[in-house]
Amino acid sequence: MYKDIAGIEVAKRKWEEKKLRPTIEKAQERKKEFRTTSDITVNTVYTPKDVENTTFNELGFPGEYPFTRGIQPNMYRGKFWTMRQYAGYSTAEESNKRYKYLLNQGTTGLSVAFDLPTQVGLDSDSGLSLGEVGKVGVAIDSLYDMEVLFDGIPLDKISTSMTINAPSIVLLAMYLAVAKKQGVPFENLRGTIQNDILKEYAARGTYIFPVKPSLRLITDIFEYCSKNVPKWNTISISGYHIREAGATAVQELAFTFANAIEYVRAAINKGLDVDDFAPQLSFFFNAHNNLFEEVAKFRAARRVWAKIMKEWFGAKKEKSMMLRFHTQTAGCTLTAQQIDNNIVRVTLQTLAAVLGGTQSLHTNSRDEALALPTEESVRIALRTQQIVAYESGVCDTVDPLGGSFYIESLTNEIERKVFEYINKIEEMGGAAKAIEVGYIQKEISDSAYKYQREIEDGEKIVVGVNKFQIQEHAKKDILKVSREAEENQKTLLKKIKKDRDNEKVKESLEKLRNAASTDENLMPYVLDAVLNYATLGEICGVLRDVFGEYRQTIVI
Amino acid sequence: MDRKIRVLVAKPGLDGHDRGAKVIARALMEEGFEVIYTGLRQTPEDIVETAIQEDVDCIAMSILSGAHNYLFPRVMELIKENELEVLVIAGGVIPEEDIPFLKSIGISEVFTPGTPTKVTVDYIKQNVKR
Repeated sequence: MYKDIAGIEVAKRKWEEKKLRPTIEKAQERKKEFRTTSDITVNTVYTPKDVENTTFNELGFPGEYPFTRGIQPNMYRGKFWTMRQYAGYSTAEESNKRYKYLLNQGTTGLSVAFDLPTQVGLDSDSGLSLGEVGKVGVAIDSLYDMEVLFDGIPLDKISTSMTINAPSIVLLAMYLAVAKKQGVPFENLRGTIQNDILKEYAARGTYIFPVKPSLRLITDIFEYCSKNVPKWNTISISGYHIREAGATAVQELAFTFANAIEYVRAAINKGLDVDDFAPQLSFFFNAHNNLFEEVAKFRAARRVWAKIMKEWFGAKKEKSMMLRFHTQTAGCTLTAQQIDNNIVRVTLQTLAAVLGGTQSLHTNSRDEALALPTEESVRIALRTQQIVAYESGVCDTVDPLGGSFYIESLTNEIERKVFEYINKIEEMGGAAKAIEVGYIQKEISDSAYKYQREIEDGEKIVVGVNKFQIQEHAKKDILKVSREAEENQKTLLKKIKKDRDNEKVKESLEKLRNAASTDENLMPYVLDAVLNYATLGEICGVLRDVFGEYRQTIVI
Repeated sequence: MDRKIRVLVAKPGLDGHDRGAKVIARALMEEGFEVIYTGLRQTPEDIVETAIQEDVDCIAMSILSGAHNYLFPRVMELIKENELEVLVIAGGVIPEEDIPFLKSIGISEVFTPGTPTKVTVDYIKQNVKR
């Protein structure tokens, strides 16, 4: 592309001498050193010299290996990403209303938020659920709740993402059961379960079972879905929460891929063929503040994954090498101060995700540092995506930043640093081992602390927090989940338990218990129990008895 | 020599967001405090038991799930039952309008998002009961 690199170098040196140096000498720059969040040095300007070793093959064409520029040949010229707003609170009935509202407003996919008891496999009437029912998501105890949640929403017309991990197998079974009742064949179902337990141990915290049985549940799902629910994304391997916990952009990718490698190995060890399950693997990343670093991160992510699948695991199908991902804007960048400023932050982060070629996107609402978002705030967040899509023009060509010396150089550097981490974790025996000894947690926590120090030392400016502050009154119209929700949910659960055929429940739970101590795929047993209205807490209770519970490695 | 101030950093409830708790724990350690962090999913009973066993001067609780109005009162009840002389502070995603109630049950201060760690550190130094 640029034959005269040497000539450019000579010219650059001259420019540095004659123009740059005098300028800096006259007026000091804002910072001594400019660095990205991942500690990559940012130069004054980039030239062809910075990418001289990058061949065009490292970029390729969109829709072709290594997919640096995107996974489809024409990307958003065909259709926009899926605008998918994560939502759910209180009871299934309330959440069903919110979903219908979102669908009416033009969202194109659902994303279910479950409350914490559901996420850790407890029923609403468990003592440990006190005060948590319906708070951060919707409470699901039995198939009945799931039927109400999707009432009037045809499952063959939408795609549904469910943020559920440790008890994924149960919630997926409930979704399949609803499909069955709606008369929708499993092969027409589209959606995703998060099902990524390793990052729960390392960063998010909603684990139940120890590592080994957890990996078994995950690979049972891989196997079952590759045969029965072929359009379903069986896992969404998530860097999002790793980043939220404080990781840098490089760490986000590195730890996500280390986890992904662990899942792929587990499935191969179970006897599955890589090309049978890999096309159903999907990813979930964070869109943070540093626009160019984020764009480069998404591009590097596609290249890294393509190489790992092809070179490490010998995948043959293109679909196995394609990194498909969902993005959410960074919750941790939202401020509780001057909350309308968050709309602007989310806009920039949206731009990063779109320039990075995301397949779907959730935009956070301005008031989420205070509480769950109000309906108005959610609408503005969705409109932000729609404005970027329909008005900005950034979607009219593929990978518009590709070829920028800076972006390409950052993409290369991120890739290099990611592989450095991945190799280190490999040497430690893989991600599960690295989490067990607390290595990944410690790396994340070090970065989180550094970030906080930089803000407190004034090195990093957060507008409205450590600069440009104003006196504010407490915001009044924030969403509150009523106290009655918990009581209503408990009453409902009591009724379900009374009305169902309890003999059948007992029988299906016993069958599940027996199967759990063999190598059999547990999905059909869980599905059977769910159809008999066994509760989430009962099913997970049986599995807790057989598998035991995870003990956290505590790292500060 | 003075005994170091002992702080229990606690995560009551089911939420797994411990970034804030860990950042506070570290900031306190750097200031020379003794910090006990017991990890996620602590019940009010766990928290008060640890506070007694570790003889702490301060309990710093963090919740981001919205369950604070249920779990904090239970912790305060147990503190009273056990006649503990301890400073209790809290942080996390806690709406402004809930703070008067939390103070009325004996939580000395509530720190919301964006609070510099130094503010919390100084608060503990000035208010610890001994």
